[in-house]
Amino acid sequence: MNGRWFTASADDELTIYERSRGGRRAFVPPELDVPKRALDQLLAPELRRSEPPRLPELSEPEIVRHYNRLSKRNFDLDTGFYPLGSCTMKHNPKLHERVAALPGHSKLHPLQDPAHAQGALELMWRLQQELADVAGLPHVSLQPSAGSHGELAGVLLTRAYHEDHGERRTKVLTPDTAHGTNPATVTMGGYEVVKVGTDKRGNVDLDDLRAKATDEVACLMLTNPSTVGLFEEGIEEIAHIVHGVGATLYYDGANLNAIMGISRPGDMGFDIVHFNLHKSFTQPHGGGGPGAGPIAVSDRIEPYLPRPQVVRREPAEGDGAAPFYDLDHDRPKSIGRLRGFQGNYGVFVRSYAYIRSLGAAGLREVSEVAVLNANYLLARLKGEGLAQYLPAAYDRICMHEFVLSGAPMKRELQIRTLDLAKRLLDHGVHPPTVYFPLIVDEALLIEPTETESKETLDRFVEVVADILREARDDPSVAQNAPYTTPVRRLDEAGAARRPVVRQPM
Amino acid sequence: MSSYVSATDADRREMLEAIGVSSIEELFADIPAALRLDRNRPLSGGRAEQEVYDELRALAARNTSTEDELSFLGAGMYDHYVPALIDSIIERSEFLTPYTPYQPEISQGGLQAMFEYQTAICELTGLPISNASVYEGPSAVAAAGYVAKLAHGRERFIVSRGVHPHSRETLKTLAHGYGIEVVEVPLSDGLTELPELDEGVSAVVVQQPNFLGAVEDLEKLAGAAKEVGALTICACDPLPLALLKTPGECGVDIVVGEGQTLGNRLDFGGPSFGFFAASQALMRLMPGRIAGETRDVDGRRGFVLTLQTREQHIRRERATSNICTAQALNALAGVIYLSWLGRRGIVELAELMVQRTAYARERLQALDGVTALHHQPVEIDRLAEVLGAAVAAERSPVGARA
Repeated sequence: MNGRWFTASADDELTIYERSRGGRRAFVPPELDVPKRALDQLLAPELRRSEPPRLPELSEPEIVRHYNRLSKRNFDLDTGFYPLGSCTMKHNPKLHERVAALPGHSKLHPLQDPAHAQGALELMWRLQQELADVAGLPHVSLQPSAGSHGELAGVLLTRAYHEDHGERRTKVLTPDTAHGTNPATVTMGGYEVVKVGTDKRGNVDLDDLRAKATDEVACLMLTNPSTVGLFEEGIEEIAHIVHGVGATLYYDGANLNAIMGISRPGDMGFDIVHFNLHKSFTQPHGGGGPGAGPIAVSDRIEPYLPRPQVVRREPAEGDGAAPFYDLDHDRPKSIGRLRGFQGNYGVFVRSYAYIRSLGAAGLREVSEVAVLNANYLLARLKGEGLAQYLPAAYDRICMHEFVLSGAPMKRELQIRTLDLAKRLLDHGVHPPTVYFPLIVDEALLIEPTETESKETLDRFVEVVADILREARDDPSVAQNAPYTTPVRRLDEAGAARRPVVRQPM
Repeated sequence: MSSYVSATDADRREMLEAIGVSSIEELFADIPAALRLDRNRPLSGGRAEQEVYDELRALAARNTSTEDELSFLGAGMYDHYVPALIDSIIERSEFLTPYTPYQPEISQGGLQAMFEYQTAICELTGLPISNASVYEGPSAVAAAGYVAKLAHGRERFIVSRGVHPHSRETLKTLAHGYGIEVVEVPLSDGLTELPELDEGVSAVVVQQPNFLGAVEDLEKLAGAAKEVGALTICACDPLPLALLKTPGECGVDIVVGEGQTLGNRLDFGGPSFGFFAASQALMRLMPGRIAGETRDVDGRRGFVLTLQTREQHIRRERATSNICTAQALNALAGVIYLSWLGRRGIVELAELMVQRTAYARERLQALDGVTALHHQPVEIDRLAEVLGAAVAAERSPVGARA
């Protein structure tokens, strides 16, 4: 895990527009097999643009080489350790790409007759059942496209539920440890955010919650385990307080990887749960998507689910026919659509394959080993005497991730969390999530996931120890890192001050 | 059983010892006992890779793919040919498996690809700013509505029935949350007929070409909106933009659309990507990631995520959107596709589409019992759109007759 992993040169890479040469081409259009008409006759000149879009002109080999070269300027999960907290960067099984590419899955039009898409609809229906089992809630919609989209669904479902009961509520509670998507979603959903504090043990501050839980509150959005990697010890009381004022309890599924098959959000009292299929269920992150953010809900929320809903229609008794899988649009109380068509089916294929590969027993093992790996890594970091510089923010058994504070390191070694993160790049390790959660000074949020081996975790500890040792001798090494990457520290402030967000032509 | 874990029994013992506990169950002691599932309950086991492959193949075999039967289905997603080089590039681990590029020094490949993509979208739409992608087409329309709400807190969207029914419904779903009324206006001989506008109008929302395949007079529509200080939002099919006067040139403020036709598979409706471009004035209200050019400490050119103070992870409840994970890999396929088509190729492809659509329209109109819904020029790929509303009426999922 040391030295540079980049094989491409560290020289500036030209953009595809800079590589363009007038007259080169890759695409050859198919033959025009109908009688040709004058374009002016079909589309009047005043409707047309005067210049074609200035797209690049390259041959196929030039395009392939350009993007392959670019790819070598990316670090990726298949190459190295990626302990990015709350992002669950676990292995993406290779089988999934193969099955998702089968024409019978990848070449289906979303509006084709359900009778000609029974396999796809059955897969979606079965995935709904599997996710319902994990959540401990009976009804699932696969429609949301990502976690934040699932959150928005949850907030809109809450609104629909209260409106249907003749109530107008104005506030949504989020803990001060929440992901930024939670408060952003609340605002988009038309509510005011009210922050709830965190107590000394890292739990939601129950007194603060009691004080803020009024009948104006529509919902509490909660991540459990929380973003400090701890299970909410007071979850039963939290549910009691929230339900006591008639609000809903929303489960942000970013950290579901810790508790699959061990404990279920539905049993904890959550009304609405979102899943990140690109986290716990192995959809590759793609450098920023695609993902999928299905939701599971309780009976009382079910009437408001987005439409259409995938349903199984049972055959009439005794006629020997198979059940029919269908899209149900007839949902009068539905909040409506959140997007076009039925959701990110290609993601569903991968996640379904994953669940079938593992079974319920395998899913539980995932969470057990994720938590084991996190606690082992935490124990090793403490054991190496690193706690002097990087103490755990909360001295408890953690779940699948944990938070360290770099404050003592900054004070005593003059290197900040950012410097440590940048120096990790030179060692071929993706840094943890840094400066989040906001309530921990110089935070590092570390999530090793279950698919990493003990040797990888041990090497990470050695690398961190090396960096701290190096900083004791000369903090400037980390302060100016990285050195071996295709570019070094970039001027982000300058980029925002004078935005250049497209290629000048 | 595989859960893709690497820990052996010996590893697990050693690790538990290092932690100072005697069993894995002890690690879950913070979970109240009543909420812990019985560890001895029977659970389904896993399956071998080849068994899972067989099962997924059997499910696929019960679907009719566009390789099995010719498909003229349209309404936002189309069976275009996806060139082989796209699969080869986007399946590379370096593009497939990284997270959002929060560490730019080791993410230059993805960031530069975003920058190149943004440039291509600007060229197609005629607008100066593009983000790096949103989820897909209809939710992009809703996201544009939210920008209009942020730009000026007015009370009403005027939405043409020429906008895809899924986009209209998605906009309504979201606008109900933040409290803006959606008023639909009808088409007349296939084109949007705007009512008298007033200063309560936040945005006028139209589609180009519209849901019936007709080419709208965007200049007129955007001009009417501008007169009352409303924004114009236009949903576009990206390929016809190779021929049409750009929405930017016509005075449109926000252009969004479904990007599936740009090198993405049908995938039964997703994942694909949505594109989102806007005028300079709206730059700091845009949703989603934006890649920008900068320099490193040695003066080398590099790319970073920029204007992040718009975003949820920085701005939280004051963010311009809640979007986080979007569709980076699909947008990458999009820019590879556009580079493959190239400056001349995209025009040739769009002209081919116009010619074939005109031919199909002519032949279909000659059939007994088939009447055209309108007489406007059509500019959309494949011929299903010629019969847009007829197809829509037959297929209830698409919604009401426009």
